[in-house]
Amino acid sequence: MDRKTPLYDVEKALGAKFTSFGGWELPVSYSDILKEHHAVRNAAGLFDVSHMGEIMVKGKDALSFINKLITNDIVPVPQNKILYSPMCYENGTVVDDILIYKISDTELLLIVNASNTDKDEEWIRSHQTGDVTIENVSDRFVQLALQGPESEAIIRKLLKDENTELPGFYWFTETTLCGNDGLSPIRVLLSRTGYTGEDGFEIYLWLPEDGGQTAERLWNCILEAGKENGIVPAGLGARDTLRLEAALPLYGHELSDSITPLEAGLKTFVKLNKDDFIGKDALASQYERGLKRKIYGFEMVDRGIPRNGYEVVREGRKIGYVTSGGPLPSLGINGGLALLDDTGLSSGDTIKIMIRDRACGAKIVPVPFYGKKYKK
Amino acid sequence: MGTGENLYYSKDHEWVRVDGNNAYIGITDYAQDSLGSIVYVEMPRTGKAVSKGQVLGVVESVKAAADVYSPVSGTVTEINEALADNPGLINENPYENHIAVVSLDDPAELSQLMNKQQYEEYTKGA
Repeated sequence: MDRKTPLYDVEKALGAKFTSFGGWELPVSYSDILKEHHAVRNAAGLFDVSHMGEIMVKGKDALSFINKLITNDIVPVPQNKILYSPMCYENGTVVDDILIYKISDTELLLIVNASNTDKDEEWIRSHQTGDVTIENVSDRFVQLALQGPESEAIIRKLLKDENTELPGFYWFTETTLCGNDGLSPIRVLLSRTGYTGEDGFEIYLWLPEDGGQTAERLWNCILEAGKENGIVPAGLGARDTLRLEAALPLYGHELSDSITPLEAGLKTFVKLNKDDFIGKDALASQYERGLKRKIYGFEMVDRGIPRNGYEVVREGRKIGYVTSGGPLPSLGINGGLALLDDTGLSSGDTIKIMIRDRACGAKIVPVPFYGKKYKK
Repeated sequence: MGTGENLYYSKDHEWVRVDGNNAYIGITDYAQDSLGSIVYVEMPRTGKAVSKGQVLGVVESVKAAADVYSPVSGTVTEINEALADNPGLINENPYENHIAVVSLDDPAELSQLMNKQQYEEYTKGA
């Protein structure tokens, strides 16, 4: 039985169609995936992403402990900044890709993929050393994502003082929202992050025991404040097309326990100069030997929609498969990402995607498909 | 949700409109609504022989590809070319935008399909 977020009823009332994802019943769309996609690119969209997992790691040794589990380096990161990092197995393939909120040197909040939450918790616990406590606090958070160019204007309306300085890209702050309606302000953790390639915020609400009432009030006050900015509630369908256009990896597709971050093009987030971390030897040796396969972006030349798992063929030979594919609505074309054995391909090279026994022409293109519009 | 008049319906959510020996085949309002925005329609070749229950084409939404099964046996005599450039026509008006026309091998097969009332009953439980 899938779990429901505290916003299930309010979403249902908005006409959401639900789908099962990572053990959760979540809105796939409210009106229409394409409309929601374009609203995020041109105005704003509000997503319920409460399915994301949260693991709190505290203690004197929290920093060094977590640093050993991740490929990126959390040590030099300033307080209130967020770090993206793969977390790898010894063989260099990926347990999960996570965000780390550095609350302090002794308090780290890890945001993990919904379907990996239990696996991650177990993995982290199995390596526990020193003075650390690990707590899976996923059930105590509601997480919303407000994404799109109007996001900042909407957030400003919800602040007590609209001139409050807002966090820059990949920074977070504690603040209150929605106190202007006479009711008590809602304390949240507000970060300038997202998964759409647009400017925007993720909002974490530490859930009070009021049966979701505060969560509903937060959701409604954001939608209300954003009305004149063109905000719409948006579902997982648009979240996926948006992240694909921005070429942001999705665990289980571009990253998995059989793909390394180097193959996924995430070298920036693998600090091979860092002291020992799990997977370092395997990744260093893969890097020195050179990659045998990697993720490419491609767009369709022929008609047809590429989907996850479709075979990719070049010069009559199977060279890999599509990891994510579909319409790229902002570009008006179809395309996707593919894991290919041939690492010498360059933009413009032609490949074929096998769509139901038809070999459909496609070409390699640079990623991201859609230029990211983040605010520094 | 609407249902078209004087049509036959399949359990897989296709409709059939009969004109002489020709069966116009499309997908129902219920089907297009479940799929969401349709972004691609793969149509059969004209001249192709199909038997009842065989895949006639594929309708793709942003998220997924769904097979369209032929509710009748026959030969594809015509496809709806307009859908190639404008697949969203199916969302706008599913009963006016057929996918293909099949010349019927055996009109008696139609009796195995549902009428409007039966189909409405059928989708109520779904």
